[in-house]
Amino acid sequence: MELLDENLWVDKYADYLYNYTIVRVNDAVVAEDLISETFLAALKSKKNFKGEATERTWLISILKRKIIDHYRKINSKKGKAEVHISYKNEDSEGDWLEENAADPFDKTAEDAMENKELGLVILECLDKLPEKQAKIFKLKTVENYDTEAICKEYNITPSNLWVIIHRARKTLAECLEKNWFN
Amino acid sequence: MKYFLSCKKAAELCDKAQYSEAGPFAKLLLRIHVFICKPCKGYTKQNTKLTETLQSAKLQALAPEKKEFLRNQIQTEVQKQQSL
Repeated sequence: MELLDENLWVDKYADYLYNYTIVRVNDAVVAEDLISETFLAALKSKKNFKGEATERTWLISILKRKIIDHYRKINSKKGKAEVHISYKNEDSEGDWLEENAADPFDKTAEDAMENKELGLVILECLDKLPEKQAKIFKLKTVENYDTEAICKEYNITPSNLWVIIHRARKTLAECLEKNWFN
Repeated sequence: MKYFLSCKKAAELCDKAQYSEAGPFAKLLLRIHVFICKPCKGYTKQNTKLTETLQSAKLQALAPEKKEFLRNQIQTEVQKQQSL
């Protein structure tokens, strides 16, 4: 059975949970609150963790409920759900049906949905890298740290850094080829 | 040294180019090398695709101070539970 280690939760799962949440609530502050609530709820129900799922899956299942609660709360404040139908411009002339038809070059809901999953697949792939490699890759690629800043923090030379980045990119590309493009 | 660059160096330059950290001269050398060298052409293609994929995912990281806050919050809660 897998044992829970709550001291590692933030390092191991915070970014994953954050990316899961941010695309669903679209608000950084709300997302942070939901993650904080999720961790607290997880601590309280630690006894219920049976080890059947991975820690991450278990945390996500708690987070999902928190996100649903969040939408319930804002919807009950409004009193009722709102349906927005917007036409491009009420006064616009021409065949409105054609004008409002899906633009293939526009960002569609489907694209957004796809990207939602993509982010998580990338983070799952990064999980398979050695820890230091994954951390340095994330700093460089996701958080856009300077090469110099990372070298200083990890006490490595720039050529060390590029070797690490190279290995990470290679493994990541292969993992995505397997788990995303196929 | 074949094709102006070793393949190892070419891969490094290709990686740097993904982060806009390759200078114009380096990029020129890389382009010539990749034009002639098949394996490096493959790597460049894979690497560029990875960069595009990463960008389209719009990954975000939780700010370090938020993580610190969460860590402290968890620690406090654990201590509270243990003292019960």
